[in-house]
Amino acid sequence: MNVATLYGLCAAVLIGIGLYGLIVLPHPLRKILSFNVVGSGVFMLFGALAKRGADASMSADPVPQALLITGIVVAFSATALAVALVVRVIEVSGSATLSSEAPAKGKPETSGPS
Amino acid sequence: MTTPGGLLLVLAILVPFIGALLALALGAHRVTRVAAVTYVAGLAIAIAAAQSYVEQGESLVYVLGGWAPALGVALRADFLSIVMMGVVAIVVGGIMLFARADFAMPAGAPESRGPFTFWILLLAIWGALNLVFVSGDLFTLYVALELLTFAAVPMVCLDGRAETLRAALRYLVFALAGSILYLLGAVLLYGAYGTLDIPLLAERVRAEPVAWTAAALMTTGLLAKTALFPLHLWLPPAHAGAPPAASATLSALVIKGSWFLVVRLWFDVLPGVVTWPATQVLAALGATVIVFGSLVALRQERLKLLVAYSTLAQIGYLFLMFPLGFDPVSNTLVQGAALTGGLLQAISHATAKAGMFMAAGLIYAALGHDRIADLAGVARAMPLAIAAFAVSGLALMGVVPSGAYLAKKLLLEASYTSDQWWWTLVLQGGAAFTAGYVVLVLAMAFRRPASAVAPEISPVSRLAQWAALGLSACSLAIALAARGWVPAGLIKSPFDPVELGTTVLVVLAGTLLATGFARRPLLGSRVGAAAGDGPLRAVAVAVGNACEHGDAFLRRWTSAGIALLLVAALIGVLF
Repeated sequence: MNVATLYGLCAAVLIGIGLYGLIVLPHPLRKILSFNVVGSGVFMLFGALAKRGADASMSADPVPQALLITGIVVAFSATALAVALVVRVIEVSGSATLSSEAPAKGKPETSGPS
Repeated sequence: MTTPGGLLLVLAILVPFIGALLALALGAHRVTRVAAVTYVAGLAIAIAAAQSYVEQGESLVYVLGGWAPALGVALRADFLSIVMMGVVAIVVGGIMLFARADFAMPAGAPESRGPFTFWILLLAIWGALNLVFVSGDLFTLYVALELLTFAAVPMVCLDGRAETLRAALRYLVFALAGSILYLLGAVLLYGAYGTLDIPLLAERVRAEPVAWTAAALMTTGLLAKTALFPLHLWLPPAHAGAPPAASATLSALVIKGSWFLVVRLWFDVLPGVVTWPATQVLAALGATVIVFGSLVALRQERLKLLVAYSTLAQIGYLFLMFPLGFDPVSNTLVQGAALTGGLLQAISHATAKAGMFMAAGLIYAALGHDRIADLAGVARAMPLAIAAFAVSGLALMGVVPSGAYLAKKLLLEASYTSDQWWWTLVLQGGAAFTAGYVVLVLAMAFRRPASAVAPEISPVSRLAQWAALGLSACSLAIALAARGWVPAGLIKSPFDPVELGTTVLVVLAGTLLATGFARRPLLGSRVGAAAGDGPLRAVAVAVGNACEHGDAFLRRWTSAGIALLLVAALIGVLF
């Protein structure tokens, strides 16, 4: 097993862990962190692919590295925006739940029409 | 490499963003003027790009910095891009006129953040959409999508209430999950084929496991951002909670960005990789939500939520073209009548839904609430707003000469030629479900108020009402504008016996659906009491309740997350 494959497998594990967290963990901050774990996995995979796909004369393909940096900037901005929203939600409502069911709204009626 | 007129594509992206930055620098009191000037410039660019495209008869290309792909990045505008750019420019204009009343910043008034932010975000969304339409490679498209999301999310929570903040956060986190799946797919494609440039990739890509995996991941990510059933957990609260001008932007324009990307991906990048079963799955999800979304819409108590669920149902129509564009002989997706039909559907929805959300917002502003049960007397008090709602409803139903009508004709033709009769059922029957909720709202609005005193109506801007009506009328007249491009026999007169009969049938079926499924009996209280106890009504109420419970279940995080993985797995397996 060469280095690129090892990194690729690690990336897959990170993506798996992150997706699990994104779906299962209820707190928004944990979801944002999970998103970052998935993101790290994707970036790591990209790095591994850059190494594998490089010309013999180069140590790594430069294009993925350029894209990676942009990707990291985008993920960083996304995280900043999301965290700012979480802070604002806590300030306004006192708790940071993502549950959609605002009390008494959007709930199906239990009795028949009146 | 760069064609004449290519620079226009750069300007189409830059001008709205420059406008947004200028607005930020010049402060809240000049923001409407900056937005107006930017709009005029942006509209001129969109028109010039269209003219340049028509003159050359081929795609406009701009190669950034003179570096040719694969190393460099190109901007390209084909027919789809040019049309979408034009439509977005028109709808943004309508939204700006509408928003002047809500978000104006008079000179003497203290600065307030909501209106200021709205104009900046609107310009940013416009720029991001133009970038989505003209990007020539999959990574630039990823950045464009993220820009679009970052500009759209704050629009949801302009008023800063806890409920809308929460809706915005849900939207953002789910959209991020979608975009990271998209990026993962793009990374896999680069790893396998060494390029992300669309034409180069289309040449190199082969039908093999890595392409299937990448396509499934990217498609699912985009579906999550488009809110195709069952990945719609964020849409109803976000679209219903935002201020009306923002709802119109989100519903009419923003979801078209990620939808457009699915179209690009399937028709331009992977036409030879996608398979017949995969296209069927996309359209089947669409067909399900046309019925499901419309039924849930009928069960809503608030007008804005009804319109939000109507958007959900209409998204379904946007995915019906995929199986119809599939050519089983060559096993590829073909850009033909089906694609034109899908594009028309998107344009038609963009204009009509903007008008409908504006009308709903005006009714909310005038009454101080938007409870559907208490709309009695509104039709008399605000005829313009109700006319806008009715016209946009007719346009969504696909009455001649609306864009949806023409789209339906083209898709029906495609389903006959490709022997997929089951989609004709969806195309013909779907209109009745749309008619259901339109009839419901209009019936409530035309009722006499129960008490002798008319309901208290606060005055709303006439300009805003005309903007809503104008956009709706645009949608109803699209077929007339498309006269030159489609076979002449396709557009009939609205008074042609067949067309008139269809319209009447659709409205009748819609009335039946509304009578059965609405939360409160549609007819007056006397007849309603009798009709309310029939066995049919009991069955309808049970079905309606089941749909609502199903919707509440699907909009939980865990179920939506698992649905995300299941859809990816399903599409991946079917390739």
